Amino acid sequence: MSGFFRVAWHVMRKDMTVEVRSREILLTTLFFAVSVVLVFSFAIVREGRAPDDVAAGILWVAISFAGTLAMGRTFERERYNDTLRALILAPADRPAIYVGKLLGLLLLLGLVEIILVPLVGLLFAAPIFSYPLMLSALLVFGTIGFAAVGTLFAAMLVRVRSRDTLLPVLLYPITIPVMIGGVRGTAALFQATPDEPMARFWIGLLVFWDVVFVTLALWTFEPVMTE
Amino acid sequence: MSSFARLTVSDVARHYGRRKALSQISFTCDAGEIVGLLGPNGAGKSTLLNILATLLAPSRGSIQYGDRTANGGGAEVRGLIGMLGHDLFLYPELTARENLAFFSRLYAVADVPATVTAALTRAGLADRGDDLVSGFSRGMRQRVALERALLHDPRLILLDEPFTGLDQASTAALVERLRERQRAGCLIVLATHDLDVADGLLDRAIYLKGGRMVGIDTASNGLADRYRRAMQS
Repeated sequence: MSGFFRVAWHVMRKDMTVEVRSREILLTTLFFAVSVVLVFSFAIVREGRAPDDVAAGILWVAISFAGTLAMGRTFERERYNDTLRALILAPADRPAIYVGKLLGLLLLLGLVEIILVPLVGLLFAAPIFSYPLMLSALLVFGTIGFAAVGTLFAAMLVRVRSRDTLLPVLLYPITIPVMIGGVRGTAALFQATPDEPMARFWIGLLVFWDVVFVTLALWTFEPVMTE
Repeated sequence: MSSFARLTVSDVARHYGRRKALSQISFTCDAGEIVGLLGPNGAGKSTLLNILATLLAPSRGSIQYGDRTANGGGAEVRGLIGMLGHDLFLYPELTARENLAFFSRLYAVADVPATVTAALTRAGLADRGDDLVSGFSRGMRQRVALERALLHDPRLILLDEPFTGLDQASTAALVERLRERQRAGCLIVLATHDLDVADGLLDRAIYLKGGRMVGIDTASNGLADRYRRAMQS
């Protein structure tokens, strides 16, 4: 098992080194996510007030759009010099490569969310510091579920010509339960009278979907990577 | 390091829908041989190399790596294989040293720093190890890529068009490196269009045309004429 995590760690570290050098994915993803939030704020916020429950939806729309962009780009890099073939040719557990790519993506999305959440709080007057632990749990488990499916699909589609079109088409319907959990849980915390038990319920449901999605992805990664 | 003495390809076919990329490919070759896959574009050379590398599953037939198959051997078989693809399998944003170190760790090589230093020296890039691969010429990248493929001392070396874009000196160095691996008992299978280099280098040439095997040649010298005749047949 240590070999599994060793390989995952090296793949993630390699992805981070490449990203630190190029900053390509982080900057484009961040720019895109911030633009989404700004556009919504210009359209919706009137006299400093946003309609109830809107902030949670906009936060998750920005996360999902930015996440989709990052997923496509992270595997596009592996396509340039066919390095994905070199990865799957290594005598390592292939699911460990999936976990490494997933961890790298989660780290990137985590950095984006660190900027995004305060921005949503500021522009939509959302109480992001009322329940910081529960909000963090919703973001972490929601992002894991979304990225777990997205990483698998992005890897599957890396050699498909219309991958940029197919990724969202496949990803969004399957991750609807995660998106609903994230939006409803976050809205429960952002509303005028926060509903703590409801937020806890959605966190529990997100953990359930994470377990389901990560297990399925680990199980299917090896067969889908063999052409 | 486990090993195998013979590679046996039995009636291998690969179909993409109704298109047959390969059909009825059968041959055997032994450790210590350099085998060439020769044929025009679209003959199925790269497809066959990818099947030998376990990256593609054959639609029919089987491949035996000694007494193991790709399905039965899994990671153990992959550990015996080193592949240099046409696209070199290197990260341009990493230095040569970082590329080699990353793949050494992926292959669980024992002493990574020493292995990487030795690989850089063999590639003639000991003083350029900390430069980004994106700044290298095609020949330099090719040398790093070859050493990347050989980091874990593979017993089956698969090379897709390894002489493309190389000058005479780089080609001679690559040939010498392949000869050295051959003397070490490795089986080398390479796909190439370069008949001048292949002539005298190959112990066995397999002629492919339209996804089919049209001949096996074990004679030395005069390869170009025999290749032309095989393609016209």
